[in-house]
Amino acid sequence: MPEGSTTVPGRGYEPVIGLEIHVQLSTRTKMFCSCALSFGEQPNTRTCPICLGHPGTLPVANAEAVHFGLMIGLALGCEIAPRSIFHRKNYFYPDLPKGYQISQYDIPLARDGRLGDVRIHRVHLEEDAAKLVHAGASGRIHGAAGSVVDFNRGGTPLVEIVTEPDIHSAGEAGEWLRLLRATLKRLGVSDVNMAEGSLRCDANVSIRPPGTATLGTKAELKNMNSFRFLEQGIDAEVARQERLVRAGEEVVQETLHYDPVSGDISSLRSKEEAHDYRYFPEPDLVPLVPSDAMLERARAALPELPAERAERFERDLALAPATARLLAFRGELGDFYEQALAADSPDPRELASWVTTELVPRLGDADPAESKVAPDGLARLVGMVSARDVSRSAAKEVLGVMASEGGDPQAIVAERGLALAGGGELEAVVERAIAANPAAVEQIRGGKQQAIGAIVGAVMRETKGRADGGAVQAMIRERLKL
Amino acid sequence: MSELLDLSAVQAVAAIGAGDVSAPELFDLYRARAADDELGAFLWVAEDAPPRADPQAPLAGVPLAVKDLFCVEDVPTTSGSRILEDYRPPYTATAVERLSTAGAPMLGKTNMDEFAMGSSNENSAFGPVRNPWALDRVPGGSSGGSAAAVAAGLAPWAIGTDTGGSIRQPAALCGLVGLKPTYGAVSRYGMIAFASSLDQCGPLTRDVTDAALLFRHMVGQDPCDSTSLEYPEPVASPSAERLDGLRFGVPPELTGEGLEAGVRAVFEQTLARIEELGGAVDEVSMPNTASGLSAYYVLAPAEASANLARFDGVRYGLRAGNGDLLSLYEETRAVGFGDEVKRRIMLGTYALSSGYYDAYYGRAQRVRTRIVEDFRAAFDAFDFVITPTSPTVAFKLGERTADPLAMYLSDFLAVPMSLAGIPAISIPGGLADGLPVGIQVAGPAFSENRLLDASFALERAIAFDGTAARA
Repeated sequence: MPEGSTTVPGRGYEPVIGLEIHVQLSTRTKMFCSCALSFGEQPNTRTCPICLGHPGTLPVANAEAVHFGLMIGLALGCEIAPRSIFHRKNYFYPDLPKGYQISQYDIPLARDGRLGDVRIHRVHLEEDAAKLVHAGASGRIHGAAGSVVDFNRGGTPLVEIVTEPDIHSAGEAGEWLRLLRATLKRLGVSDVNMAEGSLRCDANVSIRPPGTATLGTKAELKNMNSFRFLEQGIDAEVARQERLVRAGEEVVQETLHYDPVSGDISSLRSKEEAHDYRYFPEPDLVPLVPSDAMLERARAALPELPAERAERFERDLALAPATARLLAFRGELGDFYEQALAADSPDPRELASWVTTELVPRLGDADPAESKVAPDGLARLVGMVSARDVSRSAAKEVLGVMASEGGDPQAIVAERGLALAGGGELEAVVERAIAANPAAVEQIRGGKQQAIGAIVGAVMRETKGRADGGAVQAMIRERLKL
Repeated sequence: MSELLDLSAVQAVAAIGAGDVSAPELFDLYRARAADDELGAFLWVAEDAPPRADPQAPLAGVPLAVKDLFCVEDVPTTSGSRILEDYRPPYTATAVERLSTAGAPMLGKTNMDEFAMGSSNENSAFGPVRNPWALDRVPGGSSGGSAAAVAAGLAPWAIGTDTGGSIRQPAALCGLVGLKPTYGAVSRYGMIAFASSLDQCGPLTRDVTDAALLFRHMVGQDPCDSTSLEYPEPVASPSAERLDGLRFGVPPELTGEGLEAGVRAVFEQTLARIEELGGAVDEVSMPNTASGLSAYYVLAPAEASANLARFDGVRYGLRAGNGDLLSLYEETRAVGFGDEVKRRIMLGTYALSSGYYDAYYGRAQRVRTRIVEDFRAAFDAFDFVITPTSPTVAFKLGERTADPLAMYLSDFLAVPMSLAGIPAISIPGGLADGLPVGIQVAGPAFSENRLLDASFALERAIAFDGTAARA
């Protein structure tokens, strides 16, 4: 039966997606020379004869990059190759000073791992290319009025992570990439900034009739530099392939560029135009044989990873899955949360809710550790709410003050008179409210219990929300001897 | 003057140390001779003697000729190629740096086959080199300039590089000692790469003692070269007088056909001398070594095709073309590279291309492994393997330029040792029709001390006289 003909109209096709991620490592120096990594310095100031590809120079592998690579391999549950080798990937381009990129080919550093629901095919080390800037309208080298090369980036250590085609929607791809990003960030091996290119993602996309096992012809979507563009790009590509197949045409293997502004997908090169990279073992480098000590050191350097942490939050602290994931995937939130938890042992779920639904909207993407809100301060505030020392709405006001000015919640409450009204003060207010609402009193006495709300409302208005609703109700019932 | 010229480098070191000779005087003598070079051996000669040479330094200021593929900071370095005609490297090769630190200042840069690809020095973009033994003949290659310079007394000693015979074959054709060390013994950092898994640098000297001294100051691990290794023992000055108990294996696969009669005669004389000195000579079959040249001409061009990709006109060296990217690449490389370099880039690119990799590169690697095994087996039964260095004496300029295969055969005997990464030395065995014949002795990895010692004993017995070339 020809593939595709079994599809029920309207049911659509199943997208099959694999990702290839390039991660710039935040090592002190470049992959194969001792130049410091560049962070926006003047062009061509972070270069040396080696990363400029001068004749006679030789690469020496960066031990810290190997360490980071091993950490990534282990964190992704991969098997570490006992002996992996570097290869030369040959092609001419002005951003490639040696005319070849040193990469890994048939024996990568690590393979066969898993992160979340997605299997990892391989993890390997390589070097980044330099940066080309093209003058002129085209923005590409062809048709450019002129092109200049900045070799500062050339030779930056990269780890390439390739997944198996285990992803089946743009949303899943985005969600998984967020987990990977959080994991790499937690490892402290990269800045993982997509906009700045320290995390870059290509997607291999194909479609097939649901329930079939064979893979369709894939197209490779290059370099989507945000989560949104990744998801939009995949959606656009899946739609394009569906249109082709429905029209009876075939998907051809090619490399594609997604333009996030226009939404257009254009071909960069077809399979026929694909480079023959003429890979062969890099004779200037010895095989990479991780010693037991190196593996031990990499293992010891692994922190608790986001997936494990989310699981622990759910299991041990009974947090809702979405809350647990938010705290775990944004490691800085999880750290803040756990510090607060340790400081004043408030209710874990209550505290989590304050962090995720109150603190995060006030801070946006900023790290709470950098904010004016101290973890122990938030913990005390949540404790005060639980102890009914302050009302929920007043506590939100206190958090607002803490976020903008800093300070201790008790002091803010005292200063601003936000303490829960109680005792004689509250009794007087209740007295006045009963007196002012004779009709409601009548209704209550007549058995209409919900009329008590009018009196509670009056108390709340007068205390500006500083009163505890339950306490006020109890007080009213007592006064009315109900 | 001529007395100074007659001193070997080691004798010169001693004379300077004793205060009998001054280093500047020696440097000036050789500088003047190098500047008057009529052989085409030098591409660049130092202007001035280095300031304040330390007479007590291990090499005492005895000047050194350096093959032009060693990068030396701010000194023209061409690797014999038009594409690097105006190139001045921003750094200095480790070997040159070490020798300079040990007290051997650079006298000049010597001519060579372009990117070390050749066996006659006729592939230099800057003209051929003449053999001082017969001016109408080649000095061998690719370190032809270094060999001619030392043989003619334009330099006391020199360093060259050997990928598939490029030190040993010119040493043989010029009546010198040439040592290709164990792969990894000397740092390759700063040597413009031809075939990285084979390239090694080593000394070209008048005698074995000079070679040992120069080699001693070249070896050692270099943090800039991952393939370099710490030399396992100090390099000693050779002193053996006899070869008692030493077993020399002669592989019939290499020494059977194709040797000139004069070369064979000198080789057989040498084997007889070995026995006179107490050594034993016997045949050792090394069936795969005859395939060495074929494997070499796949592997070396494959590596070269990548090593030479950096010469693209973007960052340094020659730039040609009309400003378009493709024309920049094509024109720069069309104008900058000579025919032999282009031939090898094409061979290597083809051997690595998709669909042919296994048939060529993969197969050649397997042959290489078998040759390594041949040597391992040979060294189980023998201390050394011995052959002539080159099947022929120096041939005439132009004689083989039209026939690349005939030229390649010149390295038939030298290539297997390169593929095995083992040390091999060429020493003068005598003359055939007035031209030097080299004898090659090879040993296991890091056996240089034993190799130098045995060569020293043999050298004394042979008593080769090279003064004719310095006339």
